Amino acid sequence: MEYVFDIASWLLLIAGGVFVFIGGVGALRMPDFYMRMHAASLTDTLGTILVLLGIALQAGLSLAAIKLAAIMVFLLLTSPTAAYALANAARLSGLAPERRIADEGGT
Amino acid sequence: MYFAATIAILLTMSLALARALLGPTVFDRVLAVNMFGTKTVLLLSVIAFLYGRPDFLDLALAYALINFIGVLAVLKFVQDYTLRHQNPDTEA
Repeated sequence: MEYVFDIASWLLLIAGGVFVFIGGVGALRMPDFYMRMHAASLTDTLGTILVLLGIALQAGLSLAAIKLAAIMVFLLLTSPTAAYALANAARLSGLAPERRIADEGGT
Repeated sequence: MYFAATIAILLTMSLALARALLGPTVFDRVLAVNMFGTKTVLLLSVIAFLYGRPDFLDLALAYALINFIGVLAVLKFVQDYTLRHQNPDTEA
């Protein structure tokens, strides 16, 4: 039974690391501010969930697991809020999204 | 296995720092700094278990809250500043 939890937490940690890294590459390489924010904010949320769940499986039922749950709740509340506030501030200050597909006659 | 996650998070933090230094607009920098803060929380949590010192989780908890408040404060400042100094003909 120990092995099951170990393997599950390893898989979660590796997946979390991969998603976190993809988010970093996306935030650095995407051409437009809003695309960069898309990459960064989505992988922020998913990477946080995966990494913290992976650690919490190793922690078991203890005080550390409660602290990890609190960290996860705070991050899941604050990360999308910060992303929304950032996009709102950028849009209000007149930073327009780059239009590429729209030139073909889309919206 | 914690080590691999630590390496991935550290690499991502360096990429976020590169974006914060490159960023053409101030919002790119705020985005990168916000991402850096989130990854710091994750890094502290992983390191707490990598070194077997669960005290680090308290630091991660405090950092998660401070990071959010800091980003919102910077955004509020930038928004007020741009609204006050907005040029009418560059409006979107």
